[in-house]
Amino acid sequence: MSDPTGFDSGEGQGARNLPPLKLHVPEPPARPGEAADFTHFEIPPVGAQPRPDEAAAPADMRDLAYGLVRVLDEDGQTAGPWNPKLPPETLLKMLRAMALTRAFDGRMFRAQRQGKTSFYMKSTGEEAVSIGAALALARDDMCFPSYRQQGILIARDWPLVDMINQIYSNKGDRLKGRQLPIMYSARDAGFFSISGNLTTQYPQAVGWAMASAAKGDTRIAATWCGEGSTAEGDFHSACTFASVYRAPVIMNIVNNQWAISSFSGFAGAESTTFAARAVGYGIAGLRVDGNDVLAVYAATRWAADRARANGGPTLIEHFTYRVEGHSTSDDPTAYRSAEESSLWPLGDPIARLKQHCIAIGIWDEERHAAMDRELAELVRDAAREAEKNGILGHGLHHPMESMFEDVFEEMPWHLQEQKQQMLDEWKAAGL
Amino acid sequence: MNMIQAINSALDVMMDRDPDVVVMGEDVGYFGGVFRATAGLQQKYGKNRVFDTPITECGIIGVAVGMGAYGLRPVPEIQFADYIYPALDQLVSEAARLRYRSAGEFISPMTVRSPFGGGIFGGQTHSQSPEGIFTHVSGVKTVIPSTPYDAKGLLIAAIEDNDPTIFFEPKRIYNGPFDGHYDTPAKSWAGHPDAQVPTGYYRIPLGKARTARAGGALTILCYGTMVHVVENTVAAMGVDAEIVDLRTLVPLDIEAIEESVRKTGRCLIVHEATRTSGFGAELLAQVQERCFYYLEAPIERVTGFDTPYPHSLEWAYFPGPVRIREAITKIMKD
Ligand SMILES: Cc1ncc(C[n+]2csc(CCOP(=O)(O)OP(=O)(O)O)c2C)c(N)n1
Repeated sequence: MSDPTGFDSGEGQGARNLPPLKLHVPEPPARPGEAADFTHFEIPPVGAQPRPDEAAAPADMRDLAYGLVRVLDEDGQTAGPWNPKLPPETLLKMLRAMALTRAFDGRMFRAQRQGKTSFYMKSTGEEAVSIGAALALARDDMCFPSYRQQGILIARDWPLVDMINQIYSNKGDRLKGRQLPIMYSARDAGFFSISGNLTTQYPQAVGWAMASAAKGDTRIAATWCGEGSTAEGDFHSACTFASVYRAPVIMNIVNNQWAISSFSGFAGAESTTFAARAVGYGIAGLRVDGNDVLAVYAATRWAADRARANGGPTLIEHFTYRVEGHSTSDDPTAYRSAEESSLWPLGDPIARLKQHCIAIGIWDEERHAAMDRELAELVRDAAREAEKNGILGHGLHHPMESMFEDVFEEMPWHLQEQKQQMLDEWKAAGL
Repeated sequence: MNMIQAINSALDVMMDRDPDVVVMGEDVGYFGGVFRATAGLQQKYGKNRVFDTPITECGIIGVAVGMGAYGLRPVPEIQFADYIYPALDQLVSEAARLRYRSAGEFISPMTVRSPFGGGIFGGQTHSQSPEGIFTHVSGVKTVIPSTPYDAKGLLIAAIEDNDPTIFFEPKRIYNGPFDGHYDTPAKSWAGHPDAQVPTGYYRIPLGKARTARAGGALTILCYGTMVHVVENTVAAMGVDAEIVDLRTLVPLDIEAIEESVRKTGRCLIVHEATRTSGFGAELLAQVQERCFYYLEAPIERVTGFDTPYPHSLEWAYFPGPVRIREAITKIMKD
């Protein structure tokens, strides 16, 4: 069965006197038990990237796809042309939304461990990506998120109880217990229904943006996917459409370095940046310090203004780090160096903004500690409130027959029949 | 061995025997797969033969077509069967037809492994049973084991097979058989006779069904997790049913089906996938075409409902003992 030339050996190339070909399979710099190393990242100083006019041609701003837009420096000071110069209220709103997202993640992760739900995914260390963008967009712009942008809902002041009802799949869940926890849908918050199938939202966001343009609307779309997901075909189809029709869309790549156990090299990071994907499509591409909420805000604002002025799409890579496991089903110590997360060179987005707020005299440690306590209570109260509607598997769910609703607008005969069968079945079982 | 270990063992045996066997997929390399089915293989066989891939299912299968054309035997993993849809074009239009359209010049000897089915609170995108889509496609084989012993023997046969094969692994019974009651966890495979898995090479031919239980009163056709749910229900009812575990849907062991139904005169079909245009419809048509004059009662189907897979109401969706008992009672009435 085996080919005599041998895939593995590279020997026996017949009469041809050529060196054997080699297959390159990427390997991350560090594995469990090894010292973490981020020295291969080039981190340009704050303020080093120029800020082109929103109308600039993509070809004139190629370098931005390979640099790193940064606003907040190591000492909590701001500098450079990307500084959005936000008023104190906005800075504090950002800080609060990021801290609330973290408190929410902490509580819901524990709830999963306590058996109150089946699954949870944290966004620890990536809060700036969602919060910065959400505050830079208009409230009625449509977001097509992946599963790690709970921060958008929180920044848009969506009720926590509503989010937790979804996580608990209880009778208060607006999605009737049909979706995996954290796969929210909140049309009124400009938050598109999340799919578990990676990157399907990308072309959908482009389609929404094209429709908005075709209708002469003023709203734009934004979408998010992980760096691992950029390998999916949908990502590339979306880029083509966005480029061809100059769709008013912002395409965000959250490069948190890991896709479950696969490091970013398996999505192509050894060869180029993810923002550079934009170059080949003739799209404006920005690479941003994803742990710098001011940089995220500034880049998103730039891209939004560009889209609103019919300048077309922007692709933004947010360079960040997934501090926690991929999900409650994951154990990151099995595949990455234990110390990696603590060595991440771009710091913690909340700590960085806090430091800035303190440095400019609008915040202090006491207020921050008090806020953390207040937010923990807020989340706890919301969780208790939601629990009154039930937790997963404890009987307080939507009526059984709701399973057959919304498959079609009107229920056809075969579903009517199956619905009756199920009800009879549960009655027969005495449940 | 539990089913995951049996699958791992099959891959190990085949990689050892045949240097052309390569294992690829999302997270299968260093980490050994999210269900650990490929654990240890990269350490043993190296990164040229066991490697992580970019997250692109169409890419994974398209690349596997090319590797097969070169002369390798790729065993790609699709992390969950729900994510096979992005790869559908490469599977349906390319892998399945390559032999036919090149008149045998090129073949696509890949075995696509993928965990499938519900019962783990996986929501819509970690629970589906898409086997009916593949049985509808000409040129791919579809295999679904229900025990660790079968999983290993069938996987070895699939890897040795020169045609593209979809190998669906019922993840609900990875760690133990499951009786279908919503409130009971899966049991352990430990001590189960079907978990006595030899460490070496053996194969179970594709296209041969297994009589999971011999009986004379009615025939129950099933596969995967449902074999265990049916076995339990039948035992609890004390009915003398013959349980035929199909093991391979394409090619189908039509002789075993015919023989059993002609003997018992009654037939129930059970699967977890949605009902309309499901594989049960094909089974029903075959049985009625071939055994009509032997039948003493109409053929019945027990299946999942025609809704997307729900999260919180999973146990109302999942075909369990109640639904099966009801159907058996109905068939036995006449
Ligand atoms: C189409 C599809 N294939 C595979 C999966 C399984 N899966 C879920 S998350 C994930 C990793 C995604 O990594 P990345 O895009 O980097 O996002 P991150 O989780 O790091 O935020 C994989 C492979 C899926 N959900 N959908």
